[in-house]
Amino acid sequence: MIWVAKGLMVLGTALLFIAAIGVNRLPDFYTRSHAATKPDTLGLISLMLGLAIYDGFTLSSIKMLLIIVFVALANPAATHALGRAAIRNGLLPVTLYKKSASAAGTDDPGEGR
Amino acid sequence: MIRPKETIITDHVVRVMVPFIQIFAFYVIFHGHYSPGGGFQGGALLAGSVLLQRVVLGAERSQIGFPTRLGIPFGALGILIYAGVGFLAMLDGGNYLQYDHLPFGMTPVYLRNTGILLVEIGVAFAVTGTLVSIYDDLVNFERRDDQAEMHSAGSREDA
Repeated sequence: MIWVAKGLMVLGTALLFIAAIGVNRLPDFYTRSHAATKPDTLGLISLMLGLAIYDGFTLSSIKMLLIIVFVALANPAATHALGRAAIRNGLLPVTLYKKSASAAGTDDPGEGR
Repeated sequence: MIRPKETIITDHVVRVMVPFIQIFAFYVIFHGHYSPGGGFQGGALLAGSVLLQRVVLGAERSQIGFPTRLGIPFGALGILIYAGVGFLAMLDGGNYLQYDHLPFGMTPVYLRNTGILLVEIGVAFAVTGTLVSIYDDLVNFERRDDQAEMHSAGSREDA
């Protein structure tokens, strides 16, 4: 049982590390928010689950389970709202941006719209 | 700037989350003298739940939960509770906020417990009202700007 907990914790930290790399290195807003949401959520869930299993059936492990529920609800919903606000305000994804820039004849590959 | 009914997902997630945030805020307030937390943190959590409704549900629909006009009275009520507990101790001959002189008729240990709890409730009220009224003032300022821009520049269809 303790090795299950340790494996879950290692998996969670690895996922959080991958999420940090993705946020730093991916090209535009949508890919970055993707990297900030999916590995972060799963990483935090598995890290907290590992800690709860490691701790046994106590009050703090129940609090960790509640944190899991809260993160699984809040993190995707927040990124959904962010992405929706961005696409409604006209921020193009990086592939579409390159096409529209070459069509317009400008070669400034600036960030943003 | 703030559009109500953006999407049904955030709407329902907020409706599920806000009661739990508020229960946790009350836990932080009332458990403040045994564990980390206290009046300020609990009040900030309460204000955060109200502001989440303000941002997601829109300024008009979130008036049901916490009306804008109640912000300043909440802050003033919190300060009144805090100062009132302090002066209640002075009526009995103690110093300001000297809890064991509170006229409640308990042993000094329980008097200190109750006094700290009352003071923290006052702090929580003050923080909640002040943070919400700060946010409402900022948003009203911004909305006034939007209206002025719309009146001066006409339609914004091409944005």
